[in-house]
Amino acid sequence: MALRQDSFGELKVPLTWMAVVALIVCGVVGVSILLSDRRETFQTEAYGAARQAVDTVSAPVGGAVAAPGRWTGDLLGWLRSYVAVAHENRRLHKVMAGLQLQADEAVRLRDENERLRAMLGVKTDPPIPMVTARSVSDSRGPFANARLANAGSDAGVVVGYPVLSERGLVGRIVGVSRNASRILLLTDVASRTPVMIDRSNARAILTGDGGPNPKLDYLRGRDAVHDGDRVLTSGDGGVLPRGLPVGRAVKGLDGRWRVVLDADASAIDWIRILKFKDYSQLADQQALAATRLPPVITENPDDRIIGTPAPAAATPPAKAPPASAPAAPPAQKAAPVVPAPRAVTPPQKAPAPPTAGPAQ
Amino acid sequence: MSFSAARPLDPWRWIGVPALLCTGATILLAAPIQLFGLRLPEPIFPMVCAFGWAVIRPSILAPVVLLVLGLFLDIYWGGALGLWAVALLVAYAVTLAMRNMMTGQSRPMMWAWYAGMTVVAMMTGYLITMLDVKAAPSVVAVIWQLLATAILYPFAHRLIDRFEDADVRFR
Repeated sequence: MALRQDSFGELKVPLTWMAVVALIVCGVVGVSILLSDRRETFQTEAYGAARQAVDTVSAPVGGAVAAPGRWTGDLLGWLRSYVAVAHENRRLHKVMAGLQLQADEAVRLRDENERLRAMLGVKTDPPIPMVTARSVSDSRGPFANARLANAGSDAGVVVGYPVLSERGLVGRIVGVSRNASRILLLTDVASRTPVMIDRSNARAILTGDGGPNPKLDYLRGRDAVHDGDRVLTSGDGGVLPRGLPVGRAVKGLDGRWRVVLDADASAIDWIRILKFKDYSQLADQQALAATRLPPVITENPDDRIIGTPAPAAATPPAKAPPASAPAAPPAQKAAPVVPAPRAVTPPQKAPAPPTAGPAQ
Repeated sequence: MSFSAARPLDPWRWIGVPALLCTGATILLAAPIQLFGLRLPEPIFPMVCAFGWAVIRPSILAPVVLLVLGLFLDIYWGGALGLWAVALLVAYAVTLAMRNMMTGQSRPMMWAWYAGMTVVAMMTGYLITMLDVKAAPSVVAVIWQLLATAILYPFAHRLIDRFEDADVRFR
């Protein structure tokens, strides 16, 4: 045993085995943690205390780390604009001339839109409140694309809220701590977003893969998408509001339709977190609760299963009549009543022999 | 300065300090900064430790610290919890199993070994992500992160060079 010729060599084999055992134990712990992780559920309770604690600490640290870079970028931008001010002025004059035409057209369209809405009685969604925050850290790898924003539950942010930059949709909130919230970006491999093509109204699912341009999966319809078509959120499923700008469709090198994200057109410094949970928050809940179902009347008036609605003031407290009570008199049919037994119960027949008895 | 066989490695110097440096570098490069319209690269700094520690000598503490570093990456980057912990431990285990073939090799060859071990870690992460979200990550994005990590070998070389001779029992 050449290895054990010196006194220290005696320690080598036990130490190696101990190291191997430690490695195996750590591997088992790592796999156990991996199997118990519920990141894909995107639920508040799945965002554990450890993640919340790290996010709480990371938000101010990330903000401080990013500050010098931000200052440098601001300074360079200021210097660039100062040097190129004459050229910039000429360019802005041209842009402004074009925008004036668009503004006139927008006024005309808004007026027409309002008149048509008034004629049709269309109810539009009310504006959604939002929280403005700063992006303080950013992960960009192939297996996780997320950002940390410095607004959390203290600002009313909850899991599921959509997040926009100044140009378009960025992602949605998947974790919240007291002063920070984590945004799952559209490019994350776990991100799925229902979108539509603005031109053709075709629906698709925007699927992230860790790269800069997410894919358009489950694209339906013939001639559904052309190069450069605008892609918006469809609002399907109620996860996101309809019509948020996402990007433009392009054909990828792999032959699949992908989206160049609007949000990537510039650095994402400031973000807006829309306080949108689902469409139910846009509706008047009291009005919904007061809605009564229309009466359903069969050919036989006695088989009426839902009474005609009565004025709210005349509505008695809802009480279920006893099952053995006789049919309600006409005066009590004004309120929704429990269906009469003979209207919902099939006619009694002779008792059949038991067929589903326990297995012997 | 000569190291004798009896001189034990100070865990703080060869494990604690590199781990802290990797954590700090990860936080630094996670800043949302764009330079000339390009975002900062996102290398896996703890890969330097996973490779360097395994080449220097087997250790009880190293896999534990790697597990913690991996969990930190998962939480800080917002990925699946345990992904990088397992990927780093797999790379560490493979390096440890093959260290007899690596010791004494030239610097370019060691760089190639390091890049190979990075491929092992990235493939582990790729497979775990595929099983986790039932979708394949972008291969191009994986290659970019692989390249960004592979160019960190000089740090691993410095770590190995500094502590390789500290414990001759495992040479």
